[in-house]
Amino acid sequence: MNALSSLVVVLLLAGVAWVGGALALLRPVFGLAVPGLAAGIFLVGVATRVVGWARTPVPFRIPTTCGQQRSLPWIKASWIECPWTRSGVVVRMALEVLLFRSLFRNTRGAITTEPVAQGHGTPAAAPEGFPRAARLVYGEQKWLWLAALAFHWSFLVVLLRHLRFFLEPAPALVGVLAAVDGFFQVGAPVVYAADIALLAALGYLLVRRSSDPQVRYLSLFQDYFALHLLLGLVATGVLMRYYVRPDIVAIKQLTLGLVTFAPVVPAHVSPLFFVHLFLLSVLLAYFPFSKLMHMAGVFLSPTRNLANTSRMRRHVNPWNPPVKVHTYEEWEDEFRDKLEAAGLPVERE
Amino acid sequence: MRDRHAIIAALIVFFVVLTFPIWYARAAGTTSRGPEPKLPETEKTCVMPVEYMRASHMKLLLTWRDDVVRRNVRTWIAPDGKSYKASLSGTCLRCHANKAEFCDRCHTYAGVTPYCWECHVDPASIKGSGT
Repeated sequence: MNALSSLVVVLLLAGVAWVGGALALLRPVFGLAVPGLAAGIFLVGVATRVVGWARTPVPFRIPTTCGQQRSLPWIKASWIECPWTRSGVVVRMALEVLLFRSLFRNTRGAITTEPVAQGHGTPAAAPEGFPRAARLVYGEQKWLWLAALAFHWSFLVVLLRHLRFFLEPAPALVGVLAAVDGFFQVGAPVVYAADIALLAALGYLLVRRSSDPQVRYLSLFQDYFALHLLLGLVATGVLMRYYVRPDIVAIKQLTLGLVTFAPVVPAHVSPLFFVHLFLLSVLLAYFPFSKLMHMAGVFLSPTRNLANTSRMRRHVNPWNPPVKVHTYEEWEDEFRDKLEAAGLPVERE
Repeated sequence: MRDRHAIIAALIVFFVVLTFPIWYARAAGTTSRGPEPKLPETEKTCVMPVEYMRASHMKLLLTWRDDVVRRNVRTWIAPDGKSYKASLSGTCLRCHANKAEFCDRCHTYAGVTPYCWECHVDPASIKGSGT
């Protein structure tokens, strides 16, 4: 139901944009006003969220670690998985941000009645008719990691390739990226490897979400909405590049008009481009309010970006109210005469 | 968080990178004026309508290439019934004689590098070199 309703919403958005792109009257709205507004919402929204996180106090070290912490010199410590230095944290964060290290550790529990593997290789054959006990087994789950990694990296490549529409003269580096991405030179316009990876990864993520009963049970409207929105964005982009060609030069005039604040809406741009632009605008405007904010959140996760120095240094909560303490020495002074009279040992004579 | 200043600084850097096209356009003095390719003066119509040629000429060229190289069909019949010789340098460049002022203007503008010229030669460049 969630999947269907989010698909309907995305299709409705696409339909609205198509109408807006087809009518000359609405073209400036969908070509200039909506993208400008969306970019503003994105910038202000992201800034607000990040500043809010920055103002949130994190008085203690709360990293979730998965390695041996530093203690005695003869116990081998894991400086990346349980970092106690800044460089360790930087490496850990880089692995997390660039390679999704924690997702790589993803496991999946499943009830199985398969026989237990005995030592090397062959599982023990259970005797005929012997009931096999159901066991919970945690297996590796790498496909989600692979699809997530493929999606994010290919999305970055596609995003950088789009710089050719925003920079004039187009830098040589963008051309080099496009040449590497289109290395196989299949067809004209050349098929980009990142486009295929992007579609395949998004497709897998959607199929995984909707086919696995457990994951489907957990999935909310917004989970599907982000996927459908991205799929719509990529689908319209792929359609325009390979099938229903728009006038690229006119589109670049429009984008350059946006970045130079001298807006122009060329007459002959196909409505499909307006669908692409509108879905992007919706994505940008939706971004700060959605789970997509993990783009900034991954850097600001206290469970990742803190060194595990809980037992090396004393971390005092800065806003603790002053606590009136009564030390043993003070207590001893108070009752010194009684203690000595009773013949009890005292610390200080 | 005690890293508040570092976080705000990183946010500002992110926004500057994100709005890079705006700074780049400022620095390069970019305008939204198009590339304005030089159209031939002798002919008024191309092999296909101008809207199609603007957007999809590469598809037509690919069809021509497949026809000539793979099927040995050297004549192409346009939808309006006229027949043309399927040839980049013989048909296209006969009217659009100046590659630099026609092809390259838009291709440079859109940042694309078609691989036509890895096999084909621009006839004008041969004449120019005097061979």
